[in-house]
Amino acid sequence: MADQTAHTVKSFDDDINQLRSLVSQMGGLCEAQIGDAVDALMDRDPEAAMAVVDTDTRIDALEADAERLAVTMIALRAPMASDLREIISALKISAVLERIGDYAKNIAKRASTLTATAPIEPVVIIPQMSRVVVEMIRDALDAFVDRDAEKAVAVCQRDATVDDFYNSLFRSLLTFMMENPHHITPSAHLLFIAKNLERIGDHATNVAEMVYFSATGEHFAGRTKTDDTAYAV
Amino acid sequence: MDAQTVTPTGSNTGTVTTKMTARDVSVFYGPKQALKSVSIDVSQENVTAFIGPSGCGKSTFLRCLNRMNDTVASARVEGEIKLDGTDIYKGDMDVVQLRARVGMVFQKPNPFPKSIYDNVAYGPSIHGLARNKAEMDGIVEGSLRRAGLWDEAKDRLHDSGTAMSGGQQQRLCIARAIAVDPEVILMDEPCSALDPIATAKIEELIDELRGRYAIVIVTHNMQQAARVSQKTAFFHLGTMVEYGDTKTIFTNPTEPRTKDYITGRYG
Repeated sequence: MADQTAHTVKSFDDDINQLRSLVSQMGGLCEAQIGDAVDALMDRDPEAAMAVVDTDTRIDALEADAERLAVTMIALRAPMASDLREIISALKISAVLERIGDYAKNIAKRASTLTATAPIEPVVIIPQMSRVVVEMIRDALDAFVDRDAEKAVAVCQRDATVDDFYNSLFRSLLTFMMENPHHITPSAHLLFIAKNLERIGDHATNVAEMVYFSATGEHFAGRTKTDDTAYAV
Repeated sequence: MDAQTVTPTGSNTGTVTTKMTARDVSVFYGPKQALKSVSIDVSQENVTAFIGPSGCGKSTFLRCLNRMNDTVASARVEGEIKLDGTDIYKGDMDVVQLRARVGMVFQKPNPFPKSIYDNVAYGPSIHGLARNKAEMDGIVEGSLRRAGLWDEAKDRLHDSGTAMSGGQQQRLCIARAIAVDPEVILMDEPCSALDPIATAKIEELIDELRGRYAIVIVTHNMQQAARVSQKTAFFHLGTMVEYGDTKTIFTNPTEPRTKDYITGRYG
């Protein structure tokens, strides 16, 4: 799929490239936002956390641009086949990235709140977890840029790692909260942060599935969720 | 994202009966081969669209289906085309009868320079389909109704057909084609001379006629093929490159040449 020949009408290619560029920019911003939010958490830096919250509007604005462009292209160019799939995928991916941005923003808000509580030890797992989800987003977006279905499949397979991190953190936080009621507030925030990262992993997987669809015309089937905390007692 | 099967409205469901079959059909204009070994089944229930760039052979193939190529002196047709299992190129086939069973509508509306009534009544009268004036009136009204033209034409049946608008003239030609109660209707670019409203009326008409007649349409307008047909065949340089469900051809075609053509990357 990477060897797309040019359209006879060249401005169509310009539009597609612009849409792809908007989605890539959103992806890059999302990666940065997650990284910055987690840094703010680890550095216990409320100002850095609030900067992440403020930056989220840029992702929202890019999503609005991508949506406008995609709708215009559908209306004016009547895209077909691989073009249609790519535009629809870009539209859906941009909505997912916007949601990922919201999760990053929520992590930053909680990071800011956590600066007012005593540090707790299980937080050290968060940077490792966030590295995995950031890589998943990066690779999903690379797969989008390269129209590479195989790379997209590889992203989907990595979601299990994120789920494992979350399962393990969930269990240690339960123990932690039972040990000392003073740990409940920071642990609850930390649990939400981990849940946000886990959801980001799911969304990155969705992006990869859309890339797979765009590249192949087939729906990707074959992922089973490994987050089993919903059944924990 | 869960995988799911989406069935758009207007898509074919249920059983499909083959109306016409073509096997290894080649057409030569003098020494030049215009069509190379095309095989296809045309079903009763579906609208079949032929798409492809100019000169790809789609109209040539369409014209084979009711032996319109017989009228071109240099044309030679090879292969086998069957209507309900009978070879239409076999010696004992009555071509006039064949063209009554396989009617045709052309690119440019071409009503006879006669009244609206006579345009529709012409075919039934030469084929002796009406025993008296009342029967003929019934055929004319029924045909104009099915062509969606009755309300516009009923008060001016004896005005000239050529005095109607282009879209009305084309629907008159469709009424004329269905007046002889054909089994198959071939349409060669039926909307390319019409404005968007008249085009929409023809497309709606095609949808209403679907099932009653096997319909084959040649069109340069890919959106039109996507809108009106359930099966689409893509022709290129005299060969049929791909034939399949319209929704597949326009969302996920198999052949790179099909994809390049429908996404505007051809050439």
